[in-house]
Amino acid sequence: MTSMRTQWLIAVLVLLATIVPVAQFTDYHLFQLTMVVVYAIAILGLSLLTGFNGQISLGHGAFYAIGAYSTAILMTTWNVPYWLTLPISAVVCAGVGFVLGLPALRLGGLYLALTTFALAVAIPQILKYKAFEEWTGGVQGLVIDKPEAPFGLPLSPDQWLYLFTVGVAAVLYVIAWNIVRGRMGRAMMAIRDHAMAAEAMGINLPIVKTRAFALSAMYTGLAGSLGAIAVQFVAPDSFQVFVSIFLFVGLVVGGASSIGGTLIGAAFIEFVPNLADKVSKAAPSAVYGVILIAVMFLMPAGAGGFLYAMWRKMFQTRIAQEPVAAVGHDLDSGGVAGKSPKPETVGRND
Amino acid sequence: MLAGVIHQIMSGIATGGIYASVALALVMIYQATHHVNFAQGEMATFSTYIALTFINAGFPYWIAFLAAVVVSFAIGVAIERVLMRPLANAPILASVGVFVGLLLIVNSLSGWFFDYTIKQFPTPFPDRPMMGGYLSGHELGSTAVTLVVLLSVYLFFRHTRLGLAMRAAAFNPTSSRLVGVRVGWMLALGWGLAAGIGAVAGCMVAPIVFLDPNMMSGILLYAFAGALLGGIDNPLGAVLGGFAVGIIENLGGAYVVGTELKLTLALAIIVTVLTIKPTGLMGRKVYSRV
Repeated sequence: MTSMRTQWLIAVLVLLATIVPVAQFTDYHLFQLTMVVVYAIAILGLSLLTGFNGQISLGHGAFYAIGAYSTAILMTTWNVPYWLTLPISAVVCAGVGFVLGLPALRLGGLYLALTTFALAVAIPQILKYKAFEEWTGGVQGLVIDKPEAPFGLPLSPDQWLYLFTVGVAAVLYVIAWNIVRGRMGRAMMAIRDHAMAAEAMGINLPIVKTRAFALSAMYTGLAGSLGAIAVQFVAPDSFQVFVSIFLFVGLVVGGASSIGGTLIGAAFIEFVPNLADKVSKAAPSAVYGVILIAVMFLMPAGAGGFLYAMWRKMFQTRIAQEPVAAVGHDLDSGGVAGKSPKPETVGRND
Repeated sequence: MLAGVIHQIMSGIATGGIYASVALALVMIYQATHHVNFAQGEMATFSTYIALTFINAGFPYWIAFLAAVVVSFAIGVAIERVLMRPLANAPILASVGVFVGLLLIVNSLSGWFFDYTIKQFPTPFPDRPMMGGYLSGHELGSTAVTLVVLLSVYLFFRHTRLGLAMRAAAFNPTSSRLVGVRVGWMLALGWGLAAGIGAVAGCMVAPIVFLDPNMMSGILLYAFAGALLGGIDNPLGAVLGGFAVGIIENLGGAYVVGTELKLTLALAIIVTVLTIKPTGLMGRKVYSRV
């Protein structure tokens, strides 16, 4: 739906963002960038659920953990190659997401946030549980090997992993982009904006909501898998409730229903702790909290929504001819973070 | 065996009292504003640190305790005035966002001001078994304190003009404003009270679980479970729910799932209540107009 020119522009930018770091960056910086991409996928999953479907989750760290553990267990217990763990982990996480989506159907708004928050608090305990220790490694966790570049490519493991992660991410983003702009995405947003009207229009609420949950869990789970491969280590204590909270922070800062904003949110949660450390050594997450509250008050559509609004102002006439392009970023249309519907999205030519 | 069960039930009541107070604090804020305060636990932890600071400064226990409650009350009022006011009609995502932000801020401020090491917290009660050995002195004392708090909150809401005004403001803000109740201040007072109750709960639980910045995260979960079990819009239900969760947690931890999965038990209670009877045992069903 986006114009060809914009598509080419995005493709070139992605290519540049892939090649330049591999050629220029040190391994450590590449690792950080890999983690940004990983978090971006995780936040994209959360965004599909919270931003586009209006179901607030404060427990997506649990899916991240399940994905990470799926990969780690497959690699250590059954010696599955790392790339093959991704589809398996995707299926596992989508399945878990679907099952958890069933009770979530009955929980609106706050209650869902509460329940998923409880899940996030409880998950480290479940991972530590003695009965699973044979697979999960208990409190110690699991160590996995860093994959080498295949086919004798002259790349360091970090360089290869970055390329691999970006490749997976590109596929996932294209899929998400198309889902959001397709029938499923419109149904999801209709439910977010007005569940009853959506139902009256013939949208099957339970099916769309559980599918959105499964899809979202799959994305975040895959991010967990990639993250586990990059960090080479999983342990219950790396999946405390703060993982879920940081994903939520990234979502809100980037903009809840902005696909491009997920990258901003991811960069935020990867780099801001370092910066925050400089601001205040002892209270880094206070900086997070302050920024989160400031964003809620000053920029409710997040950085992504803000930038999009700027873009729209600059190229208003051109965008006005393509109303569909505004759908995903249109936070003004009520729902999760909007206020009241504003009629300015479509066809305002002044 | 039987003695063991009685012992578990008794200490379940003791911890349940703490869950009941936190649950009551949650319900008070929920009733008035339809927000769930995700930062309730963190705020209570912070209050406990304040109490510890006063104690370390040489004040007697009960003076420090009272001072912590008063300071927490003031902090609660301030938070409502500054942060929550503009959120009155905000969408859910915004309010969850602000509460999560508050949680992060209070949590790391606790760590920053009072450092992250685990601290011991004194108890004012004698350290010997009571009630024929079923309860420790602290358990008995803290149960008594929570019961006194719960009773006085009940009396306050039932039999004082201010309590009546606060109930009116929560029940129907527009009409209360018309008869001269200052609704905004009533909400702020509600926040203050909730913070004060949280301070009491924090001081009572700290000697058992030790004090660190993440002390209350598990307790908050049990309180949620208790509030939902009893009905999140019913204060009495939330209190009974809190006690029930305390007993379930102790019995379940001792005989069914083991201590390692206690938090998961809370999660199971939450999910079960919300799927089977979302209004809780004593909550009202909410109907909405189309």
